[in-house]
Formats: sequence, structure tokens, C-alpha cells
Amino acid sequence: MKKEKKMTLTLPVEELVGSGNLACQGCGANLAMRYVLKALGLRTVLCIPACCWAVIDGAFPHSCMSVPIYHCAFETAASTATGVKAGLEMVGDRETTVVAWAGDGGTFDIGLQALSGAAERNDDILYVCYDNEAYMNTGIQRSSATPTGAWTTTTPVKFPKDRPKKDIDAIMAAHYIPYLATASTSYPEDVVKKTKKAKSIKGTRFLHIYAPCPTGWKSRPEDAVKLGRMVVQNCIFPLYEVEHGEKYTLTMKIKDKKPIDDYLKLQGRFRHLKPEQIKLMQEEVDHNWARLLKKCEAT
Amino acid sequence: MKKVIMGNHALSYGAMLSRSQVIAAYPITPQTQVVELLSEMCADGTLQAKFIKVESEHSAMAACIGASAAGARAFTATSSQGLALMHEMLHWASGGRLPVVLGNINRAMAPGWTIWTDQNDSLSQRDTGWIQFYCASNQEVVDTVIQAFKVSEALAIPSMVVLDAFALSHTYEVVDIPDQAKVDAYLPPFNPPYRVTPDDPRAFGGLTGPEHYMELRYKLQKDMEKVPEMIERTGREYETTFGRYLGLVDDYLCDDAEIILVTSGTAGYTARVAVDEMRDRGLKVGNLRIKVFRPFPFEIVRRLTQSAKKIAVVDRNISYGHHGIFAQELKSAIYGHGGYKPVFGFIAGLGGRDITPASFREVVDTTISHERSEEEIVWIGVKK
Repeated sequence: MKKEKKMTLTLPVEELVGSGNLACQGCGANLAMRYVLKALGLRTVLCIPACCWAVIDGAFPHSCMSVPIYHCAFETAASTATGVKAGLEMVGDRETTVVAWAGDGGTFDIGLQALSGAAERNDDILYVCYDNEAYMNTGIQRSSATPTGAWTTTTPVKFPKDRPKKDIDAIMAAHYIPYLATASTSYPEDVVKKTKKAKSIKGTRFLHIYAPCPTGWKSRPEDAVKLGRMVVQNCIFPLYEVEHGEKYTLTMKIKDKKPIDDYLKLQGRFRHLKPEQIKLMQEEVDHNWARLLKKCEAT
Repeated sequence: MKKVIMGNHALSYGAMLSRSQVIAAYPITPQTQVVELLSEMCADGTLQAKFIKVESEHSAMAACIGASAAGARAFTATSSQGLALMHEMLHWASGGRLPVVLGNINRAMAPGWTIWTDQNDSLSQRDTGWIQFYCASNQEVVDTVIQAFKVSEALAIPSMVVLDAFALSHTYEVVDIPDQAKVDAYLPPFNPPYRVTPDDPRAFGGLTGPEHYMELRYKLQKDMEKVPEMIERTGREYETTFGRYLGLVDDYLCDDAEIILVTSGTAGYTARVAVDEMRDRGLKVGNLRIKVFRPFPFEIVRRLTQSAKKIAVVDRNISYGHHGIFAQELKSAIYGHGGYKPVFGFIAGLGGRDITPASFREVVDTTISHERSEEEIVWIGVKK
């Protein structure tokens, strides 16, 4: 007998991100926050450095959030969160999840030292990087998370980004932290599941969430969810977990790996690319995917 | 209980007796013993605190900020390059109205690499919105840390307790370690009106437009203006409990002095030796040691220098292209108050060069023999 397919509600209904916030249309960073907070609940503190989310929650004296935010300096998401966690514990609150919530610039670049310090100490914080692959809040400048070939305002089409995206997850794995995972805002159940798992673990946990940015990628807001799926299906941004820096697990198996072309076509930031450049990018993706599969097989 | 301890350990004892709850620090010569002793105290349970061994001074202050925002009493210590690295976060602590207390060992800035004392590290942080105390003895260091927490927490402004590298940080002196129960009575637990907690979710430090920002800074200044009175009051209170008064300045034979030597830090005690010698020679010289540099104690400085004929300021620091920094501040303090009075600006002891009684003899001789300072800066002991 054929099993009846039924839609079930898998995400917590409660919304901790209020309406009227300042996110752009189709903002992946906003989706990331919604899903992560659905998983974490109200006993959460956010430490947010300079990034889009420093603005999205609203200008003083307003905030759209149901949880407290400590706005911190650009390079201090991890160190501020460490301090908040220590402070809360000293005043008797051992339960609250303290989250460092930063963009890719604040994580891959300027905040990397503080993040590395916290991870090496295994400070009891959840670090979430929502990755929109450039400095979007300042107006689309390249970061070390910007992929090869991409246009930004500092990597113009005549000289697009000529270096690969930094492998932040390998860097974090090299700190032997108890848990790290990649996620995409187009797979909300996966984001929630991984966040819940991260919440249940003590020590430094790292979530790397792919967050489409229609404004910065020159893509249509209605394609944001589509892009978040394609990037997983074409293995540019595979979904996996790493436990204690060694146990790699692919959390979404890809049977029918798609070429990257369709994904690139939907984004103005890649419009200038010539077929031979796309071919090189495809080779980079294939290489990284093969390397990841090897790591997963090895454990 | 009396103990013979080094200046750095005086900072540690001050932080311990104040029951610091979160300490985040990074090692730097000549501060290192401060945090070594504190980490031992945390490890053996003498102090119930979290010690976060951060990877930089920048993160040290960020962690103190986070801890203080969560309602915990936070302490750190640093020096020189470390303080300079913290600069951004010093603004964050004061702008965020967080009463963190920081011990800074005055060490000159590189290059060339140096570990010896002068005040350019902490005076470069003049405009960050921190209260600054300059100490001259190990006893004063212990006592001032405790008072600093009290003043800082009352007004939600962070404090820097400053002492000279080696001349104080590594000098052993007899210190009366205050009784913990008495300190607890003097300094109750930190209980800020607002804190980062899910029980009362708020956003702290978000985007602040021109319609609000200026008022926040106005309030910081208005509270800064309350600091002198608060130091006076808590200093008297400290005297009642512990027998030692902690004031804005430390004046020595200023009442009838014709020449007042203005100093800060350990040079103040050296100045006194010179003052005694001058007095023996019949010269009416006094010493005004400025202990609190920020906020600048305008009123008491004006009062104590009122009857002097000349003022000689000895600066162990320099604002390049201007003067010694205390000299500038002193001039601005007395300007328009009670007629013209020549202020001689001397610079001595940069990068740890000794300031001796002979240095002060030279200062006094120059001041006596000139009607007014012929040069904007008179250099003491420099090889020109």
C-alpha cells in the first residue's frame, strides 16, 4: 500500500523576531535569525557586532527582538559573548544560551582572532555566522568569504575576486570544538535541528549558515530560497557536521549533483563570468566536494 | 593584616578584596604578576571568580564589557601596548556605562621596544571617558582599587588605576591589607539597574541617531562631573573604616608655598624629599601630587595653588607638538582664576629614566631664577 504523504508542522510556531524590522526583501540573514531563535527559545542572549543584524533589529530606542541583544564592537562577537556567559554564570544564570551572532566579515576576517581564542578555550558559547559572502552592511565589499569570481564594489568586474573563499569550517574544526555545522536558510528544519543539537552541547559550538543576500548578489528577492537550495544541491555549500574536529558527517546526501551554471545565472554578481572562468569555478567546487566526501568517509 | 607586597600584587589584592567576579586578562610586562596572582587566587578558591585567559587585550576588555553588562563585577590589568590595543573597547565600556576597573602599569610606548615607565600610554586614553587614578604607593593601589569600584558602580563610569612600571609595580612595600568583612561593608555587591538578561530583554548599544546620541554623551559628562564629590565622600568613608583618606590630590606643604611642584605617580614622593631639602634651605616649596587626572580636579587644584607665586609642573609624558600633559591641564585649570601665575612645564623621566631629588632641585632652581618660563618645555636630564 502506498504511504500517504502528509504535511506536518516541523518548526516551532513561536516567532521571536518581530515584524517591522529593517531587513531587505528576501534577506537570508533574517530567515537565519528566525529559525535559530525558534530552536533556542527565550532563554537566549545575542551578542551582535557590526553587520547587517546590527541594524535589522531597529534603531534605538526600539528593537524587534524578544530576546536581549548586546551590540558589540566589530571584532568582539566571540569575546563579548564569552564575557556575557561568564557574567551570567557569576550572577546565577547557568541556563541561558549566549550566542555570538556575526556576519562573514565579522567572522572570517576581523573577528577571527577573538573567535579562535574562544574556540581554543572552548568557551561555552554558540557562535553563529550568517554568511552572505561580502560586507553587505557597508555596501557590498569583498570579504574572505566572497567566492571566486564574484563581483563586489571592491572586486570590480574587470578584476573580480581571484582567490577562493576561506574554508572557515576547516579552521574551526582545527580547534577541536565539540560541534560545528553548516546550514542553509532554505532548509529550515535542518537549521532548527542543528541549532537544537548545538544548544544541547557544552563548549564552543559553531553554526555556519548560508544566507542569501538579494541586495548584494544582484538577485531577485523571490529567488533567495531557490538559491539557498541550489547552493546545496550543486555542492558549493554542502551541509555537514563536524564533531570534536574529527568526525565529519554529511547531513544532506547529494545523489544528483547539479552544475553550478544555473546558480550563477540567477545572480548579477557572476554575470561577467566567461565560460572558461565558470569551468575553473566548477573544478574548484568539484575538488572541494571530493575532499569533503573523503573526510566524511574517513570518519 | 600587614604584608610586604609588590605594586602589582597590590592590584591583585585590591581586585580580590573587591570580590571581582570576572577577570579577563592577557600578559604583558610589567603587568604580568597582577594576573598571575589573580589566576592563583581563582584556582585555589581564594577568589570566587571566572578567569578568562583571553588571546589579546582587545578581547580582555571585550570580555569585561560582556561580563559587566551581564551584571558581574569585572576587572582586568594591562600596560602600554596592551592598553593601546584596548583603546576601541575603552570607549565601548564608558559609552556603555559599564563600571569595569582596569589596572594599568605605566610603561612607555614603542618603538623602540621599552618596558620602562612613562605615562604616555594611559594619558593617550584621556578622552575615552574613564576615571583615571594615579597612585604613588602600594597601599594606595590596594585602597584605590576598592574605592574605584565603589565610585564607578555608583556613577556607571569605568575606572583606571594607574601605577608606574618598576618604580611601583615591582617595588615591595608594607601594605595593610584591608579586612574582607570591612571591605564587603564598604563595597556591597554590584547591582546595576539594567543588565543583559532574558528576564528583561532589551537591546543595548544599538543604532543611535543624531536625535539621541548627544544626550547620551551629555549624561556621561554630567555624571563625570559628579566624580570629584563622589571620590571625596567615598574617600572620607574609607578613612572612617580603614583610617586612610583617599582624595583627589595629595598636597604637601602647599598652604604657604611660593613655588608648587605639581607631580603625579611615584615622582610625587621623590618631590617631597626635594621639598624637605628646599625647606631646610629656607625656600617655600610645596608639592601637589595629582591623584585623579580624569575628571580633572579643577576646584581643589585652584584652591591649593591660589597663594603660590609660581607653579612648576613635572611631566613624565609629552603631547608631541604641545607640552607635557599635566602642564596643559594645569594651565587650563587656573586660567581666569586669580590673575596671572607663571606655569613652568618640565619634562623628565621618559622611558623610565630616573627622576631623582636632583631633578627636582634643577626644576626649583630654574623656576626661582626665571620670571617666566623662557621655553615652552624645559627638559630635565635630556642629552640634547
